[in-house]
Amino acid sequence: MRIICPLCGERGAEEFVYHGDATVRRPHPDSSAETWNAYVHLRDNPAGRHSELWYHAAGCHAWLVVERDVRTHEIFAVTLAQDVALARRPVTA
Amino acid sequence: MAKTRYSIVQVLAQAFRGQRGWAPVWRDAEPKAQYDVIIVGGGGHGLATAWYLASQHGITNVAVVEKGYLGSGNVGRNTTIIRSNYLLPGNVPFYEHSLKLWEGLEQDINYNAMVSQRGVLNLCHSDAQRDAYARRGNAMRLHGVDAELLDRDAVRRMYPFFDYDSARFPIVGGLLQPRGGSVRHDAVAWGYARAADQRGVDLIQNCEVTGIRVEGGRAVGVETGRGFIGAGKIGLACAGNSSRVAAMAGLRLPIESHVLQAFVSEGLKPFFDGVVTYGAGHFYVSQSDKGGLVFGGDIDGYNSYAQRGNLPVVEDVCESGMALMPGMGRLRVLRQWGGIMDMSMDGSPIIDRTPVDGLYLNAGWCYGGFKATPASGWCFAHLIARDEPHEVAKALRLDRFAQGYPIDERGAGAQPNLH
Ligand SMILES: Cc1cc2nc3c(=O)[nH]c(=O)nc-3n(C[C@H](O)[C@H](O)[C@H](O)COP(=O)(O)OP(=O)(O)OC[C@H]3O[C@@H](n4cnc5c(N)ncnc54)[C@H](O)[C@@H]3O)c2cc1C
Ligand SMILES: [Zn+2]
Repeated sequence: MRIICPLCGERGAEEFVYHGDATVRRPHPDSSAETWNAYVHLRDNPAGRHSELWYHAAGCHAWLVVERDVRTHEIFAVTLAQDVALARRPVTA
Repeated sequence: MAKTRYSIVQVLAQAFRGQRGWAPVWRDAEPKAQYDVIIVGGGGHGLATAWYLASQHGITNVAVVEKGYLGSGNVGRNTTIIRSNYLLPGNVPFYEHSLKLWEGLEQDINYNAMVSQRGVLNLCHSDAQRDAYARRGNAMRLHGVDAELLDRDAVRRMYPFFDYDSARFPIVGGLLQPRGGSVRHDAVAWGYARAADQRGVDLIQNCEVTGIRVEGGRAVGVETGRGFIGAGKIGLACAGNSSRVAAMAGLRLPIESHVLQAFVSEGLKPFFDGVVTYGAGHFYVSQSDKGGLVFGGDIDGYNSYAQRGNLPVVEDVCESGMALMPGMGRLRVLRQWGGIMDMSMDGSPIIDRTPVDGLYLNAGWCYGGFKATPASGWCFAHLIARDEPHEVAKALRLDRFAQGYPIDERGAGAQPNLH
């Protein structure tokens, strides 16, 4: 499996560290125990397209959000996690 | 249905008929409209559950529904190691119960599963690691499990061909469980299948479960590629696919699916007596009765439903093997494959009821579930038959994550990469 890092180009997966599902979001500190349990432990674990975090440890040290089919390892998109987070941030005046 | 009892007399009698008189080992059953219990998943755990439902609880109106052929999943893909060298109270009694069931399995199911208690040796490479093994060994002994701490010379007498003088990772000793060993994995599936079939259990192959019908909060049956099948109770034993199947009943599990690879070398004369794990990297090896070295290492480390792995892990496993026994470099690898496993968030399994009435879950076996097969079936059957957990499986609850009682052998926190 090879991942195209937006900063470094195409590299072998062994250069990256995997950190799982990129769709889980840290809840607000006041959230219920149930919400925290879901965040820490529960996963959709789909058999198909999966949005996931990879860290380019042996490269630029960027966190990436990779869209991958976990049945075929086909990669559809790689985005800097920073850009994903910025796009998510509510626009403030 | 011919109910032949296997014995030496049978083998000899068949020898005179060119071994052509054997009856099929189980019936290829057609699904009935309704069963008392449906087990989803015809792997080791599902088949063992069916057998113990029939033999221990007298429940024989049972179907095992399997999407492929029996044993096409992890039960036929693992490296066949059995042991009960655990540390935590929630785990030790369960795995020890399993080892005891292995010890009587072949008589129980009248099938040669080649249970071989050749000893499992975990090597240590530093003083700290030896201390940790001493602690683990003591925990095992306190639970009545056999454990021996060996020094370097004792290990060298058993395995003279390891690299004892490695500058970075010298072998300083090991923790031996003499009753651990290996079992012919396919035979476990076939043996349980045959035994369950003889008690009237229907084994339905090529029948994928595509939905779980829930009415008024109660599971009443499964949708399959071969139509709806009704059930009083449904047990899920879908190692690797548990999240997908549980999602059919609206459940979200503390599990990720990951791939683990295994390797077999060309055949050699017998030289490797037991099962050995390397302690400085992740590598475990034994020699099969056919002569090939059977070995493996870490999971690939990312979500996967592809039953094949990637090359970096192949390299990593072979490097660890070379570090342990450099002579391995002369060997050729014959075969390599992967299996998809449920990696649970604390590395321990789940045998429990679910929030859906009549739906029971057996999941999260990570890559240590083969050794658990008999106890898993035993305890799952107990749970389904009596609606209460078996004594040795009480800690394996689904809600332990929410309650703050994970069984975290490695002490690493919520991570789906343990075992
Ligand atoms: C490479 C490898 C090496 C391993 N080595 C060891 C080892 O040395 N020692 C050890 O103790 N453990 C080991 N394990 C772990 C062990 O193999 C598993 O934990 C155990 O086999 C899982 O239980 P099972 O036998 O029931 O699983 P499986 O055999 O995988 O059974 C699950 C079954 O469910 C079926 N299924 C899934 N979805 C559906 C559906 N929708 N409808 C119908 N059927 C469905 C599958 O087809 C499959 O047959 C290893 C695993 C792997 C992959
Ligand atoms: Zn990079």
